[in-house]
Amino acid sequence: MQMIFFILAGVALVSGGLVVFQRHPLRSALWLIVNFFAVAGIYLLAHAEFIAAIQVIVYAGAIMVLFLFVIMLLNLRQPEEELRFLHLGQKVGGITLAVFTGLLMVYTITQVVLPPGKEAPPGLGNTESIAKLLFTDYLLPFEVTSVLLLVAIVGAVVLAKTKLK
Amino acid sequence: MTLTIPTFSLESIGPWITLSVFAIAILLTDALSPKGNRTAAPVLALVGLAVAGFQTVSLWGKTGMDFARMVYVDNFSFFFYIVFILGTGLTVLLSLQYLKDYGKNLAEYYALLLFATVGMMLMASGSHLIMIFLGIEVMSIAVYVLAGLFREDARSNEAALKYLLLGAFASAFLLFGMAMLYGASGGTLFLNDLPARLAGAETFKPLTLLAVALLIVGFGFKVASVPFHMWTPDVYEGAPTSVTAFMAVGVKAAAFAAFARVFFLAFPVLQPDWQMVLWVLAVATMTLGNIVAIAQTNIKRMLAYSSIAHAGYLLVAIIAANQLGAVSLMYYLLAYTLMNLGAFGVVILVGRKKDSYLSIYDYSGLGFQHPVLAASMALFMFALAGIPPTAGFVGKFYVFSAAVQAGYIWLAIIGVMNSVVSVYYYLRITVLMYMKPAEADLGPVSFAPAVTATLALTALGVLLIGVFPGFIYDLAMNSVKVFPGLL
Repeated sequence: MQMIFFILAGVALVSGGLVVFQRHPLRSALWLIVNFFAVAGIYLLAHAEFIAAIQVIVYAGAIMVLFLFVIMLLNLRQPEEELRFLHLGQKVGGITLAVFTGLLMVYTITQVVLPPGKEAPPGLGNTESIAKLLFTDYLLPFEVTSVLLLVAIVGAVVLAKTKLK
Repeated sequence: MTLTIPTFSLESIGPWITLSVFAIAILLTDALSPKGNRTAAPVLALVGLAVAGFQTVSLWGKTGMDFARMVYVDNFSFFFYIVFILGTGLTVLLSLQYLKDYGKNLAEYYALLLFATVGMMLMASGSHLIMIFLGIEVMSIAVYVLAGLFREDARSNEAALKYLLLGAFASAFLLFGMAMLYGASGGTLFLNDLPARLAGAETFKPLTLLAVALLIVGFGFKVASVPFHMWTPDVYEGAPTSVTAFMAVGVKAAAFAAFARVFFLAFPVLQPDWQMVLWVLAVATMTLGNIVAIAQTNIKRMLAYSSIAHAGYLLVAIIAANQLGAVSLMYYLLAYTLMNLGAFGVVILVGRKKDSYLSIYDYSGLGFQHPVLAASMALFMFALAGIPPTAGFVGKFYVFSAAVQAGYIWLAIIGVMNSVVSVYYYLRITVLMYMKPAEADLGPVSFAPAVTATLALTALGVLLIGVFPGFIYDLAMNSVKVFPGLL
């Protein structure tokens, strides 16, 4: 089990890095798919089967198609030129800060003594237990999410539909 | 499998439901009414806000939680509901003529304002971090769109894009912090349960501290505190002025309501730790905001930096972490809502058609040409600077008293020194208006009735709660009883 976790985590990290470092957005998007699958695998290990399935269907499926659509609509044929407006100082400062923050977080998390893991209760991550939570304890947040989606739809229409003069 | 849906009473979230229903009604009315007829939307928005306000008042005094402990039903929430309703209502009044001038008097604008208000209410009353996060997102998405309402204007686009990208980034920090907290507390995000869980898990302290740091980043962005303030001047300048006013008062008040609730309720164990961090942030925020504001010549940018500085004063109220601190936070946000909306109202009137007059030098000689307008602007500037007998003075007095009471003498001294610095740029507007000849004839200012009414209301409010702060003080004192940990 542990072995599988480390392999998946490694794949997720490397593909995540490749997403950022690719010049061409299309390649970034493709590496992102790899990343999504690796993360879905980690969810499976944590007994979150439903989340894993959703991760593959929604993220690796629907959202990626949307990404690719946008990239193709924008018609980016060749790699963007290097960003010229970034000063060297900004670049060095940004990278240093990011690395420092990352190390700080990793160090902090390693300071935590985790208790030994327990066996997951049966049916932890299946649709039944999730649905039960969604419609009882988390009923209100679940309903509020619909307002959130409505706001997003209205907003998209406002920004996209009104005629330019 | 049997599902037992927990008992709930829709009454306890009545104002949210009213505003959501009215927002949808605005959209439907617009879709079904003949083209070009847009008079219904602002009226519906105002009616919805009035009904929600009435519901809030009738809820006053209730305590408890509802919807499987997801939402607090208490006076602290209700007080902020009123502040949000007031801020949104005045924004609607400010917007009407301004948007007409731009040919952008869209019904969706008013619907989004109402939805944003619902988001703010979620933030003020959420008792589970997921509710607070959903509130932040509902509010923010609406405001991102509103900031980019003027699609033809490059600066409006810039504002929306900057706010969206940085806002999404800040939300990620917030979520990451919540995830850490979930781990550290052994699987709960209820604000009520967190202190006991965190106190019992000393081995998880590093994780908790990391979570608190990430939460500070997330909230710090929303309240525009240094060093997460970079977006503020550009977004405030580029967004439509009415939206800027809404952002400056509503978004800030909501973010501070959630900030205060989370830190007062969930992290009393870590109080010395976060107080230290916030101390540095508050001093940096006040100082940078006030000093950079001096150099601004665009009135919207100046008010943006002033808004950063005010975030610094409000952070002082959180650091104090006593009852007076919480009271001062509530009073200050109410006062700030009134005086800032008033100031933006004057900016809209003086800016006239399509914001042509936004430089502070356009205010030269205003006192001779439009004495009443200039007098009200002077009043708002005095209030923002914190000069008696305005509400701004009382607010600052409470904030700094709370800091002294909590033993933060130096913080109070730095705050007062900052207020003195801020007097310079607020008074400069007044000096320009009354002691400099006009650079050019300003010509007639079209006093739209709604904007004039807003100015009158806010000016009256600033004076009234400044001279008689007792009523608001008592209301706020009554509300902060929900924080048992505060002295």
